[in-house]
Amino acid sequence: MRALLTIFRKEFIDNLRDRRTLLSALLFGPLFGPVMFGLMVSFALKHTLAESDEPLQLTISGSENAPGLTRFLETQTELRKVNMSESEAREAVRRGSIAVLVLVPKEYTGLFASGAPAPILLIADSSDSQTRKLANRARAVFAAYASTIAQLRLQIRGVNPLIGLPLAVNEVDVATPAGRALVVLGFMTYLVLFAMLMGGLYLAIDSTAGERERGSLEALLSLPVPRASMVGGKILATCSYMAISLALSLSAFVLVFRFVPLERIGMSANLGFGTALTFFAICLPFIPVGAVLMTLVASFTRTYREAQTYLSAVLLVPTLPIAFASIYSLKTERSLMLIPSLSQHLLMTSILKDEAVPLVDWSLSAVSSLVVAAALFWLTERQWRRETMLG
Amino acid sequence: MIEAIGLCKRFGGIEAARDVTFAARNGEITGLLGANGAGKSTTLRMLYGVLTPDSGRACIDGVDILGETSAARAHLGVMPHATGLYNNLTARENIQYFGRLHGMRRKVLKSRIADLARTLGMQEFIDRRVKGFSQGQRIKVALARALVHDPGNVVLDEPTNGLDVMAIRNLREMLKALKAQGRCVLFSSHVMQEVAALCDRAVIIGRGRVLADSTVQEIRARSGRDSLEEAFLQVLGATVIEEH
Repeated sequence: MRALLTIFRKEFIDNLRDRRTLLSALLFGPLFGPVMFGLMVSFALKHTLAESDEPLQLTISGSENAPGLTRFLETQTELRKVNMSESEAREAVRRGSIAVLVLVPKEYTGLFASGAPAPILLIADSSDSQTRKLANRARAVFAAYASTIAQLRLQIRGVNPLIGLPLAVNEVDVATPAGRALVVLGFMTYLVLFAMLMGGLYLAIDSTAGERERGSLEALLSLPVPRASMVGGKILATCSYMAISLALSLSAFVLVFRFVPLERIGMSANLGFGTALTFFAICLPFIPVGAVLMTLVASFTRTYREAQTYLSAVLLVPTLPIAFASIYSLKTERSLMLIPSLSQHLLMTSILKDEAVPLVDWSLSAVSSLVVAAALFWLTERQWRRETMLG
Repeated sequence: MIEAIGLCKRFGGIEAARDVTFAARNGEITGLLGANGAGKSTTLRMLYGVLTPDSGRACIDGVDILGETSAARAHLGVMPHATGLYNNLTARENIQYFGRLHGMRRKVLKSRIADLARTLGMQEFIDRRVKGFSQGQRIKVALARALVHDPGNVVLDEPTNGLDVMAIRNLREMLKALKAQGRCVLFSSHVMQEVAALCDRAVIIGRGRVLADSTVQEIRARSGRDSLEEAFLQVLGATVIEEH
């Protein structure tokens, strides 16, 4: 035990003095995610909120051919009148100088007066998601105009206009802006786990492949210290860095969320320090899983560089279950609590959604993570007993 | 006393050590001499217990080195590479680390490091970080680290590799001092002159086998050559012919 603590202390101090480790573990890792995330979310929120508030901007060419339509559009949209030929109009939209353009051809007047379908051209670029949305809104405005005209025509002919409305479709969209934001918030849990792993990455490499590359491993292995204490001390140091990184990352998230306009969609309450503490407790059992996994993989590599290559792949491992879960939109289920990283993700998401988390789920997630960590530790210790450790 | 008793080690198809038997005595410097790839490092690694021999035993003061916490390890100081130091730690912290892992008490360790700093002339840089140390300074720290628990036996693997002339001279003086203290010193080298200048006994190893094991004078006399280098070539040449 004493040897374990000695090794822990040495690795902790050694890496604390390493600028590279410090920057990645305690600065970039924990801060990059929250800051990027904050910017992303506030941008996305502004976007979704602004979109439906703003009046639709529409450009019309040939408005003199359709005075009635033009008058209607003026009440519904921010209309700009231009005079262009069809080819000019197409070119203007393709270049992007005009987002959505309505072209009323000369035939419109005659056909409209005779009660035949009167053509109008709606020119937009569907490869641009922004103008696609505008075009959809324009389509809705035209549909409204068309149905008004249709009803008036029926009325003139003495027919009940309701006969032209066989269906009354009431759309109910449950995807509120808050719901949409939650999709983005789910991404936060991955960033938290990622920052946590980043915190221990360099220490895991330095205490294994680094030790070998430096040439200090042989002397260390010749000491009368059980390999279990040796590996244990190194992993404990990695764990401590990961815990620090996790704490920093969560604090950064709490701070960032103060500046994100979440309150506009009614979500500000559940991201305070209390939630952060809960998240910390949820993630804590995953720390040894990550630390042992990184140490194990790094133990097989010969050089610092090689270890870095393999460990960047390891950083993706916790994403896989999370990605899987979001693709199949898995709901929180007790059996899923047995999968480390996924269980943490689901628990955190539940809390973000303000759902109650049963204590059983919580303990199941913790115990299964610790069991996986213990199994990985057994493998790591075995690897350290092997002669191939010397490289 | 360090004893190799019938050590055999095979890596895949290569026999790195075949029945290596010799002893390094207390109060003597023993040189393990051989060309690159002759099996020196393999033999030493078995002696300091990081490799397990396929057969045979490695004993320190009569105790088998095998096992992670073997008592033999407490009587052995190892210096595999002069550069195997932790750059972010100070010289003192490097030495302390190994002392603590040897289970030394804080107080004892403190006075031991003070002694080592004095005898090896490290006072000037003992509290500086190792990063940026000269080769000479590094070798002192590495040696102090190997000696921190006051072992009766010291093993050094190619200690002069990559050292400049001054550092080599320094190292020789330090090894002689260890011998004068009655310790058993065993080091490997592929440089004949070095062994000739420093050693009481030489063990010549080639293709994983002990080819000669006696005092430097005897090896010279037996081969009828004046210089150890020629004697060495003679011994090697004889086996090459034998094997063909």
